[in-house]
Amino acid sequence: MTQTTEIDTTLRTLLSDVLGLTPVRAAALAADSGLFGALPELDSMAVASLLTEIEDRFDIMIDDDDVDGDMLGTYGDLLAFITRKRGEA
Amino acid sequence: MPATWPCPGPAGLADEYVVVFDGARPVRLLIVPPLFEEMNRTRRFLVETQRQLDRLGIDSMLPDLPGCNESAQAFSAQSLGGWRTAMAAAARHFAATHVLAVRGGALVFPTRLPGWVLEPVKGTTILRQLLRARVLAAKEAGREENSADLLERGRNHGLELAGYHVGAALVAGLDAAVPEDEGQRVIGQSELGTGALWLRSEPGEDPAQSAALARIIAAEASA
Repeated sequence: MTQTTEIDTTLRTLLSDVLGLTPVRAAALAADSGLFGALPELDSMAVASLLTEIEDRFDIMIDDDDVDGDMLGTYGDLLAFITRKRGEA
Repeated sequence: MPATWPCPGPAGLADEYVVVFDGARPVRLLIVPPLFEEMNRTRRFLVETQRQLDRLGIDSMLPDLPGCNESAQAFSAQSLGGWRTAMAAAARHFAATHVLAVRGGALVFPTRLPGWVLEPVKGTTILRQLLRARVLAAKEAGREENSADLLERGRNHGLELAGYHVGAALVAGLDAAVPEDEGQRVIGQSELGTGALWLRSEPGEDPAQSAALARIIAAEASA
């Protein structure tokens, strides 16, 4: 499995945990699937839990400045952000 | 079954709620819940675990932490030290023989009891998450705040975090606290199944996970 595929799989699982998605819905997440702002259950507290868990599972640090609409707008944005952070680590 | 018990707090004894399954049986489990939002997210999971434990012949008590849920005490007056005192008193009051501490509950549970710690979490992780939620909410409202400044202010004056008035003592306590387990067995989420309920943005439930947890406790308590 390539590193990107691995990050994708872990992130899908994590989002399913946070959002309570069925495996089918989690698998259906596409790069342009909206997250923050598009899903009412993803409020600031839910995002904070998600980011803490992302730090934990991907062993990266996320700064306050990293967090904005560009990073969390869509599934593709978030995946790209984690992939980039992993590259820096 | 809901009941009350005399709980020590910063302003003296207060009647606090507790969910009790008491059949005067030999194994009596005190459950120390997670802190903040995770307490709400895991509520149905933990009470269902109690029902399953009851069927397996085990007594259990799930007290509210002072200041949380239905508590008559002020949340802003709470500290980790105060919660430790309250949970130690609950252990004595209910003559608990074992303890299960869940997530942030691992920071405040009575360590003298044998038992289990489910996915313990450091105080700084909890605090970081609360600060981050506040920074995000401020950003949405068009205000700039940052975690470092907020933490400094919180340590000295307390802070409103995720709707909780968190006193300076609790901020400082969380910033330093690590899980206190001493020989209690650490249970990982993977032993219960997938989908940690403490992560779920909308509180959910999963009877299969409750049953798995109850089975682990019943098997290991009598081992």
